Amino acid sequence: MNMPVMKTEAATAVLATNAAPVVTMTPKRPPRADKYLKMAKETAVRVVPPLIVLAFLMLVWELVCRRAGSTLPPPSRVYTETRELIFHPFFDNGGIDKGLFWHLSASLQRVAFGYSLAAVVGIGLGTLVGQSVWAMRGLDPIFQVLRTIPPLAWLPLSLAAFRDGHPSAIFVIFITSIWPIIINTAVGIRNIPQDYRNVAAVVQLSPLEFFWKIMIPAAAPYIFTGLRIGIGLSWLAIVAAEMLIGGVGIGFFIWDAWNSSHISEIILALFYVGIIGFVLDRLIAGLARIVTHGTALN
Amino acid sequence: MQPYLKLDHIDKTFTRGNASTEVLKDINLTIERGEYVSIIGHSGCGKSTLLNIVAGLTSATTGGVLLENREVNSPGPDRAVVFQNHSLLPWLTVYENVKLGVDKVFASSKSRSERDAWVMHNLNLVQMAHAKDKRPSEISGGMKQRVGIARALAMEPKVLLLDEPFGALDALTRAHLQDSVMALHQKLGNTILMITHDVDEAVLLSDRIVMMTNGPSARIGEILDVPLARPRKRLELATNAVYLKCRQRVLEFLYERHRFVEAA
Repeated sequence: MNMPVMKTEAATAVLATNAAPVVTMTPKRPPRADKYLKMAKETAVRVVPPLIVLAFLMLVWELVCRRAGSTLPPPSRVYTETRELIFHPFFDNGGIDKGLFWHLSASLQRVAFGYSLAAVVGIGLGTLVGQSVWAMRGLDPIFQVLRTIPPLAWLPLSLAAFRDGHPSAIFVIFITSIWPIIINTAVGIRNIPQDYRNVAAVVQLSPLEFFWKIMIPAAAPYIFTGLRIGIGLSWLAIVAAEMLIGGVGIGFFIWDAWNSSHISEIILALFYVGIIGFVLDRLIAGLARIVTHGTALN
Repeated sequence: MQPYLKLDHIDKTFTRGNASTEVLKDINLTIERGEYVSIIGHSGCGKSTLLNIVAGLTSATTGGVLLENREVNSPGPDRAVVFQNHSLLPWLTVYENVKLGVDKVFASSKSRSERDAWVMHNLNLVQMAHAKDKRPSEISGGMKQRVGIARALAMEPKVLLLDEPFGALDALTRAHLQDSVMALHQKLGNTILMITHDVDEAVLLSDRIVMMTNGPSARIGEILDVPLARPRKRLELATNAVYLKCRQRVLEFLYERHRFVEAA
């Protein structure tokens, strides 16, 4: 209610001092409803098409699997059979009879351990290989061979070494996700423009300062590409590894469901695995955007 | 009296496998304190190599660089370089780019607040204080080069090395920046060694112009004094007889006696 009065006062003050015609501009702010409408429109454009496709696919699935004698349950039956699991993710009856939350969190913990280790070691080794010609000549051929070994092929060996499922699973995550991190970091370090090295030389940065102030930020877009591929591979590998080592974890949950012929539970678990894989990927991509100020590709 | 900066019998040969190319041959040059010297020559004559040798980024095959009678053969802030393509670090703001050098050079001699004031002082010198929180991608090419100059100046170099600093800029921006550099030289009295391939720029800015012959085995062909009083005004010089004569001399050297031979 005060606003118009103040505005005319200000306008007359300007008029008086300048003695020139002043056009008072009332800032045209779009009404709040308009803003929300625009936001809703933008969201709708992104959300509606996948929803339509999803609904269509569900419909096809429902029609195909509804017939008698179908080997897989239709979505409606998946829902009725797994309602307990969906709405009670936190129950814990001891042993491996736990809610889905506990299985997923066990898997995520293993990935977090193995992946963090791979990130630290991978960036370190990648820097070494990218920076030193001799390290590259010595290590690169070995990396190129080792990285082609499928994740699960490492599992028996790590079980033999650690004699326990838990560290073995973490090792499999580590060994799966480390290669893209090493390789991308090395490429990033190798591609640091000579100009930046010259700047560092003129300023006389110490090797450690050079690492933190030039190398890591300059190679960050590449490093994050490696980290994103790495997190995807980790999540791929953990499900397979847990199927074999047993215990609490989404991988063994799926295997257990298969053994007890609970096909609907498998489908629900796959849904969660997919969603979490997607979220992990977006998480690393978001981190990359924050750290590199939008210079990393997504 | 001992010269301030001395390039002493510098030869440079690049060797790759069995093939070796002699780029520079027997370069001798002395520069006095406060002098503005330009090196001009056709592209490929090794003038950038020569600047890199003075900067310590490349080492001479024989001969060396003496700064205040001391040999310098590694890079350092006493010979700060303004690079052709500005070379600002894109992940740092304008302020942080300048601060990077200041923090190293004045780590023990200035307090934190003094260093901050020194960064802002140098940004003010190049009229870039208003953009201190912007990143290099958010400012124009001329502004980036201003920041590059501020970064070099802030290290208080004994010799300021300019490597074709205005080469990548449009003509209007270039003229504006040349005036700025002239004003800074007038005000601060820096010793400046500049690489250029622009005749007008060389005559306008320099006290002496070093003309290089074509490579391989480029030598100093001729050194021309530019006896124009400072401060110099671009517009007045356009009709100044001394200016035109100097310009003529450099053009003759570059286009008659040492024409650029196109590689076949």
